[in-house]
Amino acid sequence: MQETIVQSTDDEFDVLIVGSGVTGGWAAKEFCEAGFKTLLIERGRLVEHRKDYPTEGKGPWEYPTRTVAENLLVDQTQAIQKQCYAFNDTSKHFFGNDRDLPYSTEPGTSFSWIRANQLGGKSLLWARQTFRLSDYDLSANAKDGLGIDWPIRYQDLAPWYDYVEKFAGISAAQNNLPQLPDSIAQPAFELTKPELDFQASLAEHFPDKPMVVGRCAHLTEPSKIQLELGRVTCQARSECYRGCSFGAYFSTQSATLPAAARTGNLHIAPNSVVHSLIYDDAKQRVTGVRVVDNDNLSQREYRGKIVFLCASTLGSTQVLLNSTSKRFPNGLANSSGVLGRYLMDHNYNAWASARIPGYEDEYYRGRRPTGIYIPNSHFEPSRYHKAFKRGYAIAGGATRGSWQGMSKQDGFGSDFKQRLTQAGPWQIWMGAQGEMLPRADNQVSLHPNKKDKWGIPQLHFNCQWSDNELNMMQHAAETMHKMLETAGFESIRSQATTAPPGLAIHEIGTARMGNDPKQSVLNKYNQAHDVPNLFVTDGASFCSSGVVNPTLTFMALTARAAHYAIDQVKSGRL
Amino acid sequence: MERRELLKMIAAATGAAFIGNPLALAAESAQRPGTGFSADDMQLLNEIAETIIPRTDSPGAKDANIGQLMTRLVSDCYLPGEQALFRQGMQKLNEAALNQFGKAFLLLEQKHKHSLLSELNDEAYRYNKQNKVRHWELGRPGGTPDEDKALPHYFTLFKQLTLFGFFTSKPGATQVLRYVAVPGRYDGEFPYKKGDKAWAT
Repeated sequence: MQETIVQSTDDEFDVLIVGSGVTGGWAAKEFCEAGFKTLLIERGRLVEHRKDYPTEGKGPWEYPTRTVAENLLVDQTQAIQKQCYAFNDTSKHFFGNDRDLPYSTEPGTSFSWIRANQLGGKSLLWARQTFRLSDYDLSANAKDGLGIDWPIRYQDLAPWYDYVEKFAGISAAQNNLPQLPDSIAQPAFELTKPELDFQASLAEHFPDKPMVVGRCAHLTEPSKIQLELGRVTCQARSECYRGCSFGAYFSTQSATLPAAARTGNLHIAPNSVVHSLIYDDAKQRVTGVRVVDNDNLSQREYRGKIVFLCASTLGSTQVLLNSTSKRFPNGLANSSGVLGRYLMDHNYNAWASARIPGYEDEYYRGRRPTGIYIPNSHFEPSRYHKAFKRGYAIAGGATRGSWQGMSKQDGFGSDFKQRLTQAGPWQIWMGAQGEMLPRADNQVSLHPNKKDKWGIPQLHFNCQWSDNELNMMQHAAETMHKMLETAGFESIRSQATTAPPGLAIHEIGTARMGNDPKQSVLNKYNQAHDVPNLFVTDGASFCSSGVVNPTLTFMALTARAAHYAIDQVKSGRL
Repeated sequence: MERRELLKMIAAATGAAFIGNPLALAAESAQRPGTGFSADDMQLLNEIAETIIPRTDSPGAKDANIGQLMTRLVSDCYLPGEQALFRQGMQKLNEAALNQFGKAFLLLEQKHKHSLLSELNDEAYRYNKQNKVRHWELGRPGGTPDEDKALPHYFTLFKQLTLFGFFTSKPGATQVLRYVAVPGRYDGEFPYKKGDKAWAT
């Protein structure tokens, strides 16, 4: 079976899903498999698995500028997008065009909003690191009072983590750490020899900072269902941002979309920019979406019995804010007034690096799509540092220097060439991934008069770090420095920086869950308190940021919400 | 491995058929504007590059036609300040050759080319140190140089572009280094002995 491409239609769908990234793909799979007639609405173009990965598998010499993007083009169309670590000439076609996607920021603040508007969304560009939230994370707000309590606990999510991990395919070791619950996993990637010794050094000198290998959504021992979908083992190319025809990492294209399509229930409406949701005051329900065509700007509507907003954290909130009615003059499902508030990102503003002496007869083969990971050691109030609340994880890796690193060395000529041709000294780098507190002042709102080319009011950002985040990064830099020093490494450097939020690309919050409808937009099933047939299952629903990469939790929340909605429909309650 | 081979391998592994991508073909055949550099410029740059990365028992910079690539990178990827510095650098280099040896750089004997670049290499080292030029590298997206960030000595531009161009070229990556398009798996421990080639990517 194949998906059906839809443009104009009078049909009423069982469910409308806005957005086709990680969460939209999951929602589509669950509803299609439950027999629901599903419309997946995507603002960008179609991207077909394999066929539309034009840069895949090319050597650097096959690019006219060797994978460096052209400055003039980039400055005119992707000056914001290029700040993303994954942006270059091999991946730029999966990033948005800044000219079409304007937004404003409050004077004195800055926010980098990275966009990937095509079928599959950011599932084609994500860094694929997958960790579960723990009960420490989900109860942090309740324990220290910095934010409203999550309406769910680990036991609510655990079966759904199991469920999504089995399907997505996670490579991980079993570490038995309370602050980092284990995943259902395929074999982990190996550590290098210096990493193994560093792991032992940490175990001895920093017992609260155990090191694990990064868990990631890559297949290392594919299951039957994964093979059926055309997915095979990771080939260790580490060119994931170009798309992967092996389907070795989880993306909408490799995993959820083919699963949804083979049911025969999947319809896709590409190039459909959702302007707003249609709310029926009498029925007190959403009945459909208003769409502006991405290319010709014509308008159309799609009708559905249930709406799942999976348009990315800020995309979903923008749609809600722009969906006004008599009942909801300040944005749909916003009787609480908190819609747009409590915006968070992760704080990556501390790093450290060092040279590792020795290991000259050690090397590695292949390009590992993950690194080392040290979970948060400040995971409950009794473990907080006096200078800040909450904590940070550390990610990094050890590799041998290459010509790139050595090219700054003095010299030229044949000896120099010979030196650069060999593997250089071992080096290690680490970066902090800090929690950002939920604060009402960190907010997106609709600009009062600026609109984009589709006639949608632009988002206006007011988002800044607080002293808590700044102090945490100082501590993180110092701590990483000590860890490297204790291990006996050399030429250690460390720094805390102050880059503005956005570039962790972990934007979360702005339509948070909660038990109290006066303080939250969504209930514990990601269902709008105010509108029973409306669900928001992407990062907008988060009550706190935790420190782990959020995408695995997006998957679990979406699958859980979809099954809740399916059960409600089947039992006649929705 | 070539892209064609890769696609075949993926097709074999996944049972999927491939269709040629019209987008990719269009991009490859698109007409590119000129760079504003002459054939003489490219020859000069090739000579500079060859002195930095000479042919030994393996290919050198000229084998990879680095001169032409440098002009492309300068015109497409450099910021205006870097472009101006690069062009001034070409002039200064020739002036130095004329002053010292009475000939343009291209006409110098190999040992004179080498001694001139050796001086420039030392001069660049001192200049960069004095001016606190630290983390300069090819104008990569994501690393837009700040307006107030000091630019390096012009010889550093020649050298960096040569190294970048050479080690990302087909001969540089596949003959001088070890390039494996599809490693197939990752091994965290793999033996190495002094003199072994490094991985290209």
